[in-house]
Amino acid sequence: MSRYARRQIANRIYLALSFAATAIGLIFLILVLYALLRNGIPALSGTLFTAATPPPGNSGGLANAIYGSVVMTIVATLVGTPIGVLTGTFLAEFGRGSHLAAVVRFVNDILLSAPSIIIGLFVYQIVVVPMGHFSAWAGSIALALIVIPVVVRTTENMLELVPNSLREAASALGTPQWRVIVQVIYRAALQGMLTGVMLAVARIAGETAPLLFTALNNQFWATNMNAPMANLPVVIFQFALSPYNDWQMLAWGGAMLITLTILILNILARVLANWSNQTP
Amino acid sequence: MTMDYSKATSSTPLPPSLKPVIPVSVSMPLIRPSNGSAAQTAPAQGVAPKLAVKCEIKDLRFYYKQYEALKGINLKLHDKRVTAFIGPSGCGKSTLLRILNRIYELYPDQRATGEVLVDGSNILDPGQDLNRLRAKIGMVFQKPTPFPMSIYDNVAFGIRLYETLRSRELDERVEEALTRAALWNEVKDKLRQSGLSLSGGQQQRLCIARAIAVKPEILLLDEPASALDPISTQRIEELIAELKSDYCIVIVTHNMQQAARSSDYTAFMYLGALVEFDETEAIFTHPSQKQTEDYITGRFG
Repeated sequence: MSRYARRQIANRIYLALSFAATAIGLIFLILVLYALLRNGIPALSGTLFTAATPPPGNSGGLANAIYGSVVMTIVATLVGTPIGVLTGTFLAEFGRGSHLAAVVRFVNDILLSAPSIIIGLFVYQIVVVPMGHFSAWAGSIALALIVIPVVVRTTENMLELVPNSLREAASALGTPQWRVIVQVIYRAALQGMLTGVMLAVARIAGETAPLLFTALNNQFWATNMNAPMANLPVVIFQFALSPYNDWQMLAWGGAMLITLTILILNILARVLANWSNQTP
Repeated sequence: MTMDYSKATSSTPLPPSLKPVIPVSVSMPLIRPSNGSAAQTAPAQGVAPKLAVKCEIKDLRFYYKQYEALKGINLKLHDKRVTAFIGPSGCGKSTLLRILNRIYELYPDQRATGEVLVDGSNILDPGQDLNRLRAKIGMVFQKPTPFPMSIYDNVAFGIRLYETLRSRELDERVEEALTRAALWNEVKDKLRQSGLSLSGGQQQRLCIARAIAVKPEILLLDEPASALDPISTQRIEELIAELKSDYCIVIVTHNMQQAARSSDYTAFMYLGALVEFDETEAIFTHPSQKQTEDYITGRFG
């Protein structure tokens, strides 16, 4: 067999394997989405968004859990984003090549891949135990700890994409370094950094483990950040494992809501990223 | 005052006869000025004009880590004149330019020794305030580097750093800078648009406007036209001719015709050393060094 023919066969085999691998990934994704939609759509109703989680046998909704998830996600993002952005700025702008930056980057990478249940336990130990009870604050802190490494990483990467010529140009006008960063470099990297924050939000929107040990859950409508607060992931966890049919229905509804939210956030992040590529 | 027309490295004296070493057919196009202002561009022969030395470089050495990129440069830059640095890639001409506003200090592992006296004070002094220095010595880079903000804000950026002006005064300063950079007529109706929406040549003129808006005393141009098309290049060169009545301009260029057209003095550098420094006309008609002659006649480089 000629060398060329052999190469063509190898090429076909490789191509077929690649297609198969892609198909396997996609099939499971589609199956998950199909199951979610098939079971979730019947759960959609007005009361899903207006009524609180019911006791078994009663009709109800997920209003308190939706509220709790939204509030804790917002608080966690507000707390985690500035810390992440500043750390990323240190890594990309001030600490380049320094030993400290290398250590910070390494630790951040560990945090980035740390199992979220570890973060839940950690916050349980340092917040919940001293306070003596579960609370929405503790839940928000746990989520913020997940936001930080994601934002650190994307901020650093996005700032590094800004060409040095822009830093030189701004410095050559006699601009102090902090103004170079805040007024020129951040602007140039803004869309990429926003994309990173969006991805972080998408990441925490579905986190269950950190909330199990921190915010726990609440059967009732609760807005007190010092008290346990309902949230979608934990409600899904509880209701899906329950023997009651109506609870399981609500769990499907909640699962679909979270998935759609994350899908929308990811699409938004994509759109933002593309937009920034087109108008640099 | 004695003019410093002496060679920077005077190892070889001027040849006894000053016969042109390049065939006239080659040298003539080189010294053809673009706007017919040869008489004003070149200082009159024989009469030593009283030109202020704006910047004096003494035994300047530069290191990238251990590598010595500049090996003892001595040079004087005259006020209200254009000095061109020419030489093959890697000869250190951009490095030299980047020392004059100490922009190299953005990077660790780079350092300079020697003296660079601007108006008599050594800018390499560790106590030198870098931001003030850079406000006084403007720089334009090879690739246009508009900031990601509006055309107006690009020009106003530097002004706002050091001056607090009423908005009307700021408007005037922005208009003045854009006018001097020959860009005003093209952008006056779209000042709020992004600076990135302009063409390459316009972006470079925007960068020049941004640099002169802060009223620097020295203007450093690092191959300002090398990324531009011929028409934009010509506009930039016209701009240089126009601006030199107010600034001490230093231009690094790969393009020998550009150096011949737009500069009054030329420094030829090779392998980190200054081979020859003289009036541009002298460099291009009767260089004293063999290397200079070889380079400008295109035998290498």
